[in-house]
Amino acid sequence: MSIPVTLYKRIQELIKDTGFTSVSQFVVYVLRDVVAEMEREKLQAEGLSEEERERILEKLRRLGYI
Amino acid sequence: MVSQPHGGRLVRRVAHGRRRERLLEEAQGMPQLELDDTRAADVANIAHGAYSPLEGFLTEEDYESVLLHMRLSNDLPWPIPIVLDTPSEAARDWGVGDEIALTHRGRMLAVMSVEDIYAWDRAEYAERVYRTTDPGHPGVAKLGEMGGLLVGGRLELLEEPPEPFQALRLWPIETRVLFRERGWRTIVAFQTRNVPHLGHEYVQKAALTFTDGLLIHPLVGWKKPGDFRDEVIIRAYEELIRHYYPPNSVVLSVLRMQMRYAGPREAVFHAIVRKNYGATHFIVGRDHAGVGSYYGPYEAWDIFREFPDLGITPLFIRESFYCTKCGGMVNEKICPHGDEHRIRISGTKLRSLLANKQMPPETMMRREVAQVVMEFDNPFTE
Repeated sequence: MSIPVTLYKRIQELIKDTGFTSVSQFVVYVLRDVVAEMEREKLQAEGLSEEERERILEKLRRLGYI
Repeated sequence: MVSQPHGGRLVRRVAHGRRRERLLEEAQGMPQLELDDTRAADVANIAHGAYSPLEGFLTEEDYESVLLHMRLSNDLPWPIPIVLDTPSEAARDWGVGDEIALTHRGRMLAVMSVEDIYAWDRAEYAERVYRTTDPGHPGVAKLGEMGGLLVGGRLELLEEPPEPFQALRLWPIETRVLFRERGWRTIVAFQTRNVPHLGHEYVQKAALTFTDGLLIHPLVGWKKPGDFRDEVIIRAYEELIRHYYPPNSVVLSVLRMQMRYAGPREAVFHAIVRKNYGATHFIVGRDHAGVGSYYGPYEAWDIFREFPDLGITPLFIRESFYCTKCGGMVNEKICPHGDEHRIRISGTKLRSLLANKQMPPETMMRREVAQVVMEFDNPFTE
């Protein structure tokens, strides 16, 4: 993976006196954050059948949670 | 909204109906491996999605990746290897592709596909996970009880292991439905292996101020001698919630799992599990999942920096104490007064008072909670 030299130098300057020891380390950190956010937006909660949902609600009522 | 399960999908590997009957029958003819209570709990947690995205015990590739990088081989954060050990003799006749039956207390528990059988290095595991190889560390000591080989592969649950706290055991799918039913979009989870004192109550309520609901999720299961017994913790929390928490603000439920005392790595693991239960936030206190002086007081905070993609927000709350000048429970960040005004809560002192049936001061523990704890002849594990 390549990035523009200007960006590389900009990041190099930015990470001085931070915990990041290299441009690569910083880029990996940022990418993980972005990828996770994009994955979250794509995902949808697994659906439950009405029957299953009702069975769970019945258990929750029986145990006093609802 | 309620957190997405870790990895995006809640694992559910519980056999039902005719499939369950067929598997139970087939399991009779399979090689069997008897599990102890701790491993049986792991099986149930895997099957019900508490350990999502794990669908079984780790294969070698994931095991090595977790050990070295605190991530699964697909890069998903995962700091604690969840493994199934076996004595070498037991696995002698197994091969990759075989199916084995996992039993617990002589009853069929689950069936498992053998996808991997591999050797492991206890010292390396200890050094990576516990940051020590000292056999005095309770987690390190437990490694010595494990077999020489690890078996990885997906499993399917056939029978629930017995649960003494049946009325308080909710699985991830159930807490998720419950949170949605209550209209909670933000849920803060609190992990504990102790009876509640004022410091715990303070951090929970501080977090609850900014979220819709609180999940108090005591870990029940194997703990080191000297920790509070599970039933004492449960009774104490029931009493605290009854007297001091607004109705419908708290869900009290148990998580059956081994306490590992792995400090930083375990703090992240605890957060991931509660994410699977639907929590959006997780309280990380001072020396979370620590023991003795193996870890620094705030090492369990620093490690979260390595996981910007964790998917659950850690709430770092400093040590709390009673300040006579502030006139209430506070923490270091918000109290400007000196030590002469601070009444710190000493876990050691509290244990000693309770063990000797002496009422602790009200700046340390609620009277009603202390009374319940002192009803037990011996509130500590042996």
